[in-house]
Amino acid sequence: MRARDLNERWLTVSTQRDTLKVNAVTHAAPRLKRLATLLLLALLSLAAHTTYAQYSVVDDRGIANHWSKPPERVVTLLPSLTETVCALGECARLVGVDRYSNWPTSVMALPELGGGMDPNIEAIIALAPDVIFTAQSSRGAQKLEELGLKVVALEPKSHADAKRVLDKIAQTLGLNPERAQQLWLATEQAVAATARTLPASTQTLRVYIEVNRAPFGAGPTSFIGETLTRLGAQNILPTSLGPFPRVNPEFVVRAQPSVIMISKRDLPEMLLRPGWAAIQAIKENRVCAFAPAEQDVLVRPGPRLAEAATLMATCLKRFAP
Amino acid sequence: MNASLPDTHSSQHSRALCFAWLLALLCVVVLLAGLCVGSTGVEPLWRLLADPIAAQIIWDIRAPRTLGALLAGALLGLAGAIAQGLFRNPLADPFLLGSASGASAAVALALAGFGISPLVTQWLLRLGLTAAAFTGAVLAVFLTLSLARGVQHTLRLLLAGVVVGVVLGAFTSFLSLTHPDILQAMQAFMLGSTGFVGWSACAIMGLVWLACSAAGRGLSKALDGLALGEATAQSLGLPLRPLRTALIATLALATGTAVAQTGLIAFVGLAAPHLVRALVKTSHAWLLPLASLMGAALLSLADLLARGLLAPQELPVGVLTALLGGGYLMWLMHRRGPTHD
Repeated sequence: MRARDLNERWLTVSTQRDTLKVNAVTHAAPRLKRLATLLLLALLSLAAHTTYAQYSVVDDRGIANHWSKPPERVVTLLPSLTETVCALGECARLVGVDRYSNWPTSVMALPELGGGMDPNIEAIIALAPDVIFTAQSSRGAQKLEELGLKVVALEPKSHADAKRVLDKIAQTLGLNPERAQQLWLATEQAVAATARTLPASTQTLRVYIEVNRAPFGAGPTSFIGETLTRLGAQNILPTSLGPFPRVNPEFVVRAQPSVIMISKRDLPEMLLRPGWAAIQAIKENRVCAFAPAEQDVLVRPGPRLAEAATLMATCLKRFAP
Repeated sequence: MNASLPDTHSSQHSRALCFAWLLALLCVVVLLAGLCVGSTGVEPLWRLLADPIAAQIIWDIRAPRTLGALLAGALLGLAGAIAQGLFRNPLADPFLLGSASGASAAVALALAGFGISPLVTQWLLRLGLTAAAFTGAVLAVFLTLSLARGVQHTLRLLLAGVVVGVVLGAFTSFLSLTHPDILQAMQAFMLGSTGFVGWSACAIMGLVWLACSAAGRGLSKALDGLALGEATAQSLGLPLRPLRTALIATLALATGTAVAQTGLIAFVGLAAPHLVRALVKTSHAWLLPLASLMGAALLSLADLLARGLLAPQELPVGVLTALLGGGYLMWLMHRRGPTHD
């Protein structure tokens, strides 16, 4: 209720301002003369910068937002979206990020605006952003919109999503679409080049990627699983189980992966699981343990895809026969 | 249970004994079935034993986890029966004194801590999670006891337990929010799992169950006395304070051990004693072991389904215990109609 009040008041104010502008320009009433001059000056200076026509962007929820000029103040509430903005070379436009964004390190100096589940609405409003990039699953989008802010909700999950998100963000920021295309092309080429450095025997590797200790594995349809497929190795999890299935631990023992990829923090516990000592990869120590920063690169569906591919390729190369 | 029958002591006794044998038989059947159900669905045991990898899986994974489910269920059922008797409250469950929230807070803390120091040695890590959960559960009970200023006042204990549960729960949520990488692991812990129960865990749970059952047997007269009301119990000459302390210690030990090994498995502790009472009316000397058996059957059956239904994926076992136990209890209530008290 209060939010609506605020919203309506806000709208009233802006309508008044518009009326004012119209009065000033068309009638040029004497008492508004000075204001009119100021406004005209402001408009002229704006015109010098803006060669853009009004444009709109439809986000993953199907909601369209309109801009008359590219947003200057940008807030991101998902690490992969932060990374995408920066990869497009527009890091300077960021005025605030969520608490989990940590790359590039420069964003750590920005105001921290809570997480996707608990965005700090007040802090976001205080920054007066022109656009907020957030996950579709994140809460708070509706609230932020009620308060008059423009929210673009994007949900990157797969390689294809990452490309689409890159395009959408470039479009929202008013960048030349070629920039996004070039960036994606370069990423694709880098992944392909990495894949070419691997020996043909990589195809014989059967890999188990554990993303969490429940244990949740990464299936072929997950972002990280797609990268593995691009590198030519096999995933022990079938596609039918979905992106991140929680598997019965004995499934992994039965599947006998030849390489295991896991985070460094979960490795010691994994080695002690009942029955897992019989897994060939563990017996022969064919396990790659990734540090937290590397793990971020691997699991975030963002522009560091090529880097993720390199990390995984380095691991596969060690164990390819 | 049946008012028309002459409720003599011996008929109660034989009925309970018969019920105990039935439950024990069910447990054995589930135990055997548990060896045949796994990531590949249901397979006959002899075919599995022919394949060395499958045989090793059965020995190292399926057997301990099936036995572990039985033992954890037995501990929770026993703890539930003690809690309901001690507090004279049919809604009491083993987690009432804050042990669940204490365990999860400790696990969250440990998980968040592992991220900070990767140099934690292996054995410390292993002891880490189960020991952390156990310590957390026991500490939370101590906290509840100190807030309630002792064991004498049932209402104060219940309130203190609720407060400790809420505060520690909030702490856990805060930790998982600030360390999103532990969220999934925490969720898995909250829903419970027998996936990583090994032989050593079975040995610990087995020993604790024996100790707690013995304690329960010794304390069953006190529980019967308490059921008549505190004033009556006191007038019967029962030393209430030491008895209550012993009961709470048994409750905390049984719950803490089960939670540490299998996570927060919901509803077994609440439902098992109710299911027993719905089927036989008996004294605590019988109720405690029967609730143990019922808990064991319930949890191991739920675990069997958790593994089998979506194999090779696994369902959270806590969801299934709630469905099974809750569904059966509702059916019982429905069958009896509204007049039954």
